[in-house]
Amino acid sequence: MAIFDTALAQWVLDRAKSAGASAAEVLFVSGESLEAGVRLGEVEKLKSSRESRLGIRVFVGQASATASTAELERGELEPFVNDTVRLARLTAPDPFSGLPDASLHPRHLTELELTDSAHGIIAAEQALEIARKAEKAAMAFDPRIKNSEGAGFDSGIYGILFANSQGFSGQYGSTSYSLGVAPIAESDGAMQQGYWYTTSRFFDRLEHPESVGVISAERAVRRLGGRKVKTLRAPVVFEPDRAASLIRALIGAASGPSLYRGASFLVDRLGSQITSSNVTIVDDGTIRSGLASKPFDGEGLPTTRKAVVEAGVLKTYLLDSYCARKLKLSPTGNASRSVGESPTVSSSNLFLEPGTYTPEQIIGSVKEGLYVTELIGFGVNTVTGDYSRGASGIWIENGELTYPVQEITIAGNLKDMFMSIEMIGSDLVWRSSTVAPTIKISEMTIAGA
Amino acid sequence: MTNELVHPEKFFASRFGVSDSIFERVIGSALERRADYVDLYFEYRNAEGVSLDESIVKHTSKNISHGVGVRVCAEDRTGYAYSDEVTFDRMRLAAEAARAIADQRGDRPNAVQVGQPVKTHALYELQSTPLEVPLEERARLLREIDRVAREADSRITNVMASFAAEQKIVMIVNSEGQLAADVQPLCRLNVTVIADDGKNRQVGSYGGGGRVEYRHFIEGERWREYAVQAVRQAIINLDAIDAPAGEMVVVLGPGWPGILLHEAIGHGLEGDFNRKGTSAFAGRIGQSVASELCTVVDDGTIANRRGSLNVDDEGTPTSRTVLIEKGILRGYLQDRMNARLMKMPATGNGRRESFAHAPMPRMTNTFMLPGESTPEEIIKTVGKGLYAVSFGGGQVDITNGKFVFSASEAYLIEDGRATRPVKGATLIGNGPDVLTRVAMVGNDLELDPGVGTCGKDGQSVPVGVGLPTIRIDGITVGGTSA
Repeated sequence: MAIFDTALAQWVLDRAKSAGASAAEVLFVSGESLEAGVRLGEVEKLKSSRESRLGIRVFVGQASATASTAELERGELEPFVNDTVRLARLTAPDPFSGLPDASLHPRHLTELELTDSAHGIIAAEQALEIARKAEKAAMAFDPRIKNSEGAGFDSGIYGILFANSQGFSGQYGSTSYSLGVAPIAESDGAMQQGYWYTTSRFFDRLEHPESVGVISAERAVRRLGGRKVKTLRAPVVFEPDRAASLIRALIGAASGPSLYRGASFLVDRLGSQITSSNVTIVDDGTIRSGLASKPFDGEGLPTTRKAVVEAGVLKTYLLDSYCARKLKLSPTGNASRSVGESPTVSSSNLFLEPGTYTPEQIIGSVKEGLYVTELIGFGVNTVTGDYSRGASGIWIENGELTYPVQEITIAGNLKDMFMSIEMIGSDLVWRSSTVAPTIKISEMTIAGA
Repeated sequence: MTNELVHPEKFFASRFGVSDSIFERVIGSALERRADYVDLYFEYRNAEGVSLDESIVKHTSKNISHGVGVRVCAEDRTGYAYSDEVTFDRMRLAAEAARAIADQRGDRPNAVQVGQPVKTHALYELQSTPLEVPLEERARLLREIDRVAREADSRITNVMASFAAEQKIVMIVNSEGQLAADVQPLCRLNVTVIADDGKNRQVGSYGGGGRVEYRHFIEGERWREYAVQAVRQAIINLDAIDAPAGEMVVVLGPGWPGILLHEAIGHGLEGDFNRKGTSAFAGRIGQSVASELCTVVDDGTIANRRGSLNVDDEGTPTSRTVLIEKGILRGYLQDRMNARLMKMPATGNGRRESFAHAPMPRMTNTFMLPGESTPEEIIKTVGKGLYAVSFGGGQVDITNGKFVFSASEAYLIEDGRATRPVKGATLIGNGPDVLTRVAMVGNDLELDPGVGTCGKDGQSVPVGVGLPTIRIDGITVGGTSA
């Protein structure tokens, strides 16, 4: 990886000061990864990546500008920093802009065990072998699995260094491993794709390739023969990954930028009941080895654990220091940052606390309704809460899963949907950075034939 | 930096010291294994953004990136490696990593001689690019938009406007000796407003752009039109009633609703899915997949459009590909690898997001040719249905053909007239089937104003869509009013 260290970071900050900046931040990210793909047992692709980028944000009083570059030589960096300071002078001052309160920077960084140094990048041969195993298990699962979009195994190692002109400087590394399989089932001339995956910061904690393959195949086969249902209002049960997408939608509306812009259905709702009282949603950036854990956020503030929704009540918004100043609240350690962009806000490890019901009990409670297994489209409006997405899944009759359904939509308003979460499953599994157990919403509009 | 002044080959030579002999050595290294095809993709991108929110120009940004991607193809296998350091050593390492997918060979490869130029289109010979317009001027335009939007209606509570401009210099050198290069300007102006009448809060968006000069936005006060349209949409939606639910007759307005074609047809006709037999359209060339009123093309050669390219990201000149002709499926969108494996011509649709990505078949500007009906005639024929004029995003499941696209401005049709506005709703249909239900095609083809971005397999590329007004006799509308 490219040579970049705290000394060079300090040099960049000093250059910004000499160019007239009153404050500055520097962010350096580097990464190396290998993606391996097989299809129908044969190698399909190998992709090897290596990248490093430098980003800065400079302030001239309360005006700011951001910039990024791949040129890391001092000779190139100097004009780059000068140009950025010039850019900041052209920007209007914003009374709320600036670095975070210096007293909030962490003195010590917590060790979060984000790096699997025993494994690092998994070599091509081994990565291909894992993908092959997973796809083979999928293909062998059922004679109706006749084709495949392939299986892929990726590994990556990343580094972040962040420093600002008020003396904060920190760095951390991380690794990530993931395996995904996408077999295709075919019957009566119609095809359906299944997909399943496993992902972790530690290689040894991935699920077995064979079981990932088998689940992906089950998911493909159970979609075969899907039909439309008549348009009606009925209960909708979301399987865990689909329930997680609802949590993400709610959190988008609870994020600082949507709120101060008035672009959220949760404006002025802090302290109010926004979901049924069985719902508690927690954002925790400090989980050991969590997929979205980090010792400090995109502004150098410590990440935190907090209930965003507790027993149905909206307890906190997610804020960086800009949004916090705008809303007269405190930052929550949720600033996220991509090189070359100003900080924005995002959740870290986010989860809906599990309830007590098994998924079978939840499905068993439904006389007639939908078990959603796939959602497509972007029909979620954060401003109004209006929700309308394409869905497919399995129809529930008298508490039993019956036949697959497809080419239907589910619609409602997130405000009503969250108020009518009738049951929450006990089946919470950390398989991505936002997770939820199975949930049941008492009624939505299902549009079909 | 005008287009004419940038000569990509000289630019990369002077900036990174690369030369024909370096290309030949790197490609030669990749060919030490049994590869069918090798290419190097050089890219230098300069992008600037300025954005306004709450009447303040809050953010300005400038991002410069560059790098080289080395691709090795052997049969249906692809090896790809890239580096953001454009040096001979890094390229050679990338070539060694990428060639790992190819088998060992006993013989020595033939030497490659590069430098054979590819004749490209000249679709965006700009006198100047928006990057040359002083940032103050771009910021002033955003403040004007803010003022116009707020003055248009007192219920507008916030305006978010952004102007993004970039210039990409690309060069592709391949093992067939070809060398293609292009300078690709691109810019986009977006306006989003929030309206609040005390009871309801709503959002409206509009924007446009393309491979155009800054004055594109000034001419005829296009920028003002963007602001006014965003406001109009937000205000109309304040009074929107619940959208209907169920299968019904839907009339799509011209322009942006062409996203229907992009999702329902375009992705399913990309060569990779059809070679692998994973698309719902696989093996259906020559079959009827639409009503005979429908002719759909993908055209990367329209001057100054967002989805157009002089040469695709593999060095093939773009073309106009007929996908559906009077209802019959005619062709696929191909990059070089899938074209070679399917023994079909490459159509100039091999695209990639950046040097960090291998190319794959992608759309350019996808639209339906106009028919004969007037839009008024079409609406008049509908007793009860939905008239949708503006859409947000869409998505498709290639394998089963089901696609969605979400209306952001729509009206009920009652007794042949568009009446009350309805809330946004997702429409869902089946790609191989939806166009068979097209009963009328308007004479009012429009291309979208130039803001579309398409995502596939983690890669985003700019695209265009277009449509005349059409009537579809039966598609499921996902409202709440059952």
